[in-house]
Amino acid sequence: MALDGSLERLRREGHIVVVGASLAGLRAAETLRTEGFTGALTLIGDEPYGPYDRPPLSKQVLLGRVPPDHTDLPRHCAIDARWRLGVAASGLDLAAKRVALADGTSVEYDRLLIATGVRSRPWPNELEACLDGVFVLRTRDDAARLDHRLKAGPSRVLVIGAGFTGSEIASVCRERDLPVTVAERGATPLVGALGSVIGEVAARLQHQHGVDLRCGVMVTGLEGDSAGRLRRAHFSDGGTVEAEVAVVALGATRNTEWLAGSGLAAGPRGIACDAGCRAFDIRGIVADDVFVAGDVARSPHPLFGYQFLSLEHWGNAVAQAEVAAHNMISPGERRRPHLWTPYFWSAQFGVNIKSVGVPNMADHILISQGSLDEPRFTAAYGYQGRVIAAVSFDQAKWLEFYQRQIEQAAPFPLPFTTVDRRPEGMRPVPAGFPDPSVPTHGPEVTVSGHSPTDQRVTFTPA
Amino acid sequence: MRVVVDLNRCQGYAQCAFLAPDVFAMHGEEALLYDAQPDDIRRVDVLRAVAACPVRAITVEGAGGKWTADRVGVPHGA
Ligand SMILES: Cc1cc2nc3c(=O)[nH]c(=O)nc-3n(C[C@H](O)[C@H](O)[C@H](O)COP(=O)(O)OP(=O)(O)OC[C@H]3O[C@@H](n4cnc5c(N)ncnc54)[C@H](O)[C@@H]3O)c2cc1C
Ligand code: SF4
Repeated sequence: MALDGSLERLRREGHIVVVGASLAGLRAAETLRTEGFTGALTLIGDEPYGPYDRPPLSKQVLLGRVPPDHTDLPRHCAIDARWRLGVAASGLDLAAKRVALADGTSVEYDRLLIATGVRSRPWPNELEACLDGVFVLRTRDDAARLDHRLKAGPSRVLVIGAGFTGSEIASVCRERDLPVTVAERGATPLVGALGSVIGEVAARLQHQHGVDLRCGVMVTGLEGDSAGRLRRAHFSDGGTVEAEVAVVALGATRNTEWLAGSGLAAGPRGIACDAGCRAFDIRGIVADDVFVAGDVARSPHPLFGYQFLSLEHWGNAVAQAEVAAHNMISPGERRRPHLWTPYFWSAQFGVNIKSVGVPNMADHILISQGSLDEPRFTAAYGYQGRVIAAVSFDQAKWLEFYQRQIEQAAPFPLPFTTVDRRPEGMRPVPAGFPDPSVPTHGPEVTVSGHSPTDQRVTFTPA
Repeated sequence: MRVVVDLNRCQGYAQCAFLAPDVFAMHGEEALLYDAQPDDIRRVDVLRAVAACPVRAITVEGAGGKWTADRVGVPHGA
């Protein structure tokens, strides 16, 4: 292939460093090798484990069906990497092309991939967060701790935040026959991700499975006993609940602190990159040798007028890592844009929930197949007269069809009569998305305007 | 051995749960739960499941699909 000398040298004997040794980091490393990179590869990860999969943690692991350490990700190929596990990257010197590590050492790179993901937002009151019995769920260790505590049969579990993770945890607790209270500031569970029409269905599922669901309330305080064990939670409506375990499921924060002062456009909203996964610096200029992928990235998406989109989705981490790795070792004309159509799944209360597109951009929703009552249905979301997303409850087979509609910007409501359309599916209704700041749980999908350096959350649909 | 299922692609057809019930299980109508690190004695079952999945959603370490599946005498694809 026609490569200039320096790129050829990079591919043959360069040094590529990946920070963040999880899903995106591993898939990028594999892609580098399968696309012919034969130089040195270093993976840096602050967790003591090699790459493992997180979705099972709130599902089969917490159900006690699979041990927490049975979640290693399979390797598609030998990546022959140097692993620096259990040590965090603590700084980046762009000019010297050097990553500083927390143990005082440093690693130089020719090309860098940043895939440091996100972490759970902790309970904001630090003293209360330290109470014995207060948990978050992001890592394998978190899952092991929580599973251990659930095994002891707590009198009640309080889940704070009814986004996907919080709802899955509540589902698991009920399946383990533990009493559960779920507190959600929004009007329904999942309201930030799917809107209140679907959120009502999620609420019904929770009620049917015996969850004590409290919507429209905030948890204002966690109270411990004299031994520092969680005992009670206080709500904004004046109510209280006695609980021995509280799981804080308030969404996530991007792991970008280590990049402070580096000159990269990194902040609490993530690291801005172009469609080819190259990181922007704070001047809005793309860095040629620093790439970004996975939950930590914020990248422009064509479906949304090239506004920056952050996705905390498994499929996005895989797809973006593959594109980033390809572009890291390819000349300009062979580089590819990351144009992935968002896909997501969740399993809760025995229902397989899947979505495609970006539901929380929508203004209207139409139940295009099945019925909300069963609940087995597919719903299409519209934004200003075009199809922008779809969600299915136990009807995954329809989503591919909607993916095509979304990619073609098909008109909404869909003009044809779909099979199994019921009376309730004849007319679109408002999708019921609240102001993004209302739900307790941070959204897994954020659209944040056109500016690479703007860290404000602006919700201005294209 | 290590296994991962791309659950975005999985359509809950349950072939895997039928062929390797100790590793894959349906949870409700359509949701799939699985053990990502099953014992090696399940290898043949798992490779059958890989080959039978109509949407090719299952990845097994080292199996890379075709040759490993062929070696255990499972027709490739479904
Ligand atoms: C409980 C749970 C359930 C989920 N369920 C689903 C689901 O059902 N469907 C779905 O689509 N998605 C789900 N997800 C989301 C999915 O797991 C993520 O999208 C995916 O893990 C993103 O991969 P990543 O590699 O970008 O980031 P991460 O997996 O977050 O990995 C980032 C890694 O970098 C490390 N790191 C951070 N800072 C540093 C540093 N300074 N130096 C070195 N290392 C660092 C982190 O410790 C971590 O190991 C779930 C996530 C969780 C936690
Ligand atoms: S066979 Fe494939 S599609 Fe069917 S449940 Fe298993 S992984 Fe999913």
